[in-house]
Amino acid sequence: MTAITHHLPDALLDAYVTGNLPHAFAVVVAAHLSLCDACRARSEAAEMIGGALLDRIAPAAMRAGAQDRLLAALDRAPPPSVPIAASGIFPAPVMQALGGRPPGWRMLGGGIRQHILSADSEGSLRLLYIPPGRAVPEHSHGGLELTLVLQGSFSDSAGRFGPGDVETAHDDIDHQPVAGPEGPCICLAATDAPLRFRAMIPRLLQPLFRI
Amino acid sequence: MVQNDRNSPDVIAPPLAGAVGVSDTVATAPCHRARMTAGESGLLQADTVNQTDATRSDPTLWLLAVRDQRDRAAFLLLFEHFAPRLKAMLLRGGLRDGSAEDVVQDVMLAVWHKAAQFDPHRAEASAWIYRIARNRHIDLARRKAPPEPDLLVEPEGAEPDAAQIMALGQEAALLRRALGAMSPDQARVLEQAYFEDLPHSRISEMTGLPLGTIKSRIRLGLERLRRDLNELRQP
Ligand SMILES: [Zn+2]
Repeated sequence: MTAITHHLPDALLDAYVTGNLPHAFAVVVAAHLSLCDACRARSEAAEMIGGALLDRIAPAAMRAGAQDRLLAALDRAPPPSVPIAASGIFPAPVMQALGGRPPGWRMLGGGIRQHILSADSEGSLRLLYIPPGRAVPEHSHGGLELTLVLQGSFSDSAGRFGPGDVETAHDDIDHQPVAGPEGPCICLAATDAPLRFRAMIPRLLQPLFRI
Repeated sequence: MVQNDRNSPDVIAPPLAGAVGVSDTVATAPCHRARMTAGESGLLQADTVNQTDATRSDPTLWLLAVRDQRDRAAFLLLFEHFAPRLKAMLLRGGLRDGSAEDVVQDVMLAVWHKAAQFDPHRAEASAWIYRIARNRHIDLARRKAPPEPDLLVEPEGAEPDAAQIMALGQEAALLRRALGAMSPDQARVLEQAYFEDLPHSRISEMTGLPLGTIKSRIRLGLERLRRDLNELRQP
């Protein structure tokens, strides 16, 4: 794998570590951390601050009997958990968002496919599949968009993004990513506003398509 | 990881069986810890004991004893230290008293069951437990477990690296000093972000705080560790 050159901005990483990031973005961050040792180290440094703050917070007394209750629970077997693991190009947090199954692609036109992983008032998360050399239709968005490349590459005015790279796009920047020629580009994208694809679907139909 | 030649050429790390932090308390430990470590073999060299003891916080030693020996006395020490602090953190996060107590129980149980995942090269006990508590709180609040990155598994044959562990402890001591020197206003922003809800749009205020240098030192140490581990994995 070529080296990762586009990393997470500090504010996003801190928001993830402190639990202040909407779910869709947190999945992209966790997926990048799975692939990027440098940002994993940064997140661990940020967690150390959380630990130091926890150490110095003024304690609140536990109720009587709390310790006995805990000790009595130690010997009970932990609830069985079968964690969903990474598979192929998808790190564990993406496989978890997929429910452990491969993506079920829907055609968007022009050979582009998507799989919506989640969509709610806080944001949406989806996988995008872009054929080699194909442009993602021009779109703008009213908020923050975070895109992680899982396979192949794309390029836009901000540079070239390969596997593991993340692009952070803000506000009303119109950008038109073009997939690299080496093969289909698969990426994970989170937004906190509905995307508006200008070229393909009239605005009125957007709620139907959830794009 | 096998060599310890970086930064601390005077530190000798003998091969240890599992526990790296616990045994080093023997020389200076108060009696409860001496009891906890009785029977330990493979002690650190005497000249590393004081350095390690001075820079390594006790809760990390207790957690290693829980991890390696399933030591209940050490677990009780963890409970006494962290339970009231976790409760305070959860109360600040908006939980009622009863729910906070329940979450503390969950978190401490998770500490017991997941101790095998604790890696003293990469975290102190307090940071590791902070993460568990924060995730449990998010899980409850959103009814959805927060996504976590793939677990890092240490490559087979990796020896505990006393120098790395000690370096992390030293950075933690610097971090505590930096926190202590912050103004109440600055500390409030941090505490709000880590314990309460600070909208992610406001998180960038934290980058203005005087912690940048220490944060990047910690990061560099952790990065170097990953690099060494990766080399070990692909010889
Ligand atoms: Zn990165």
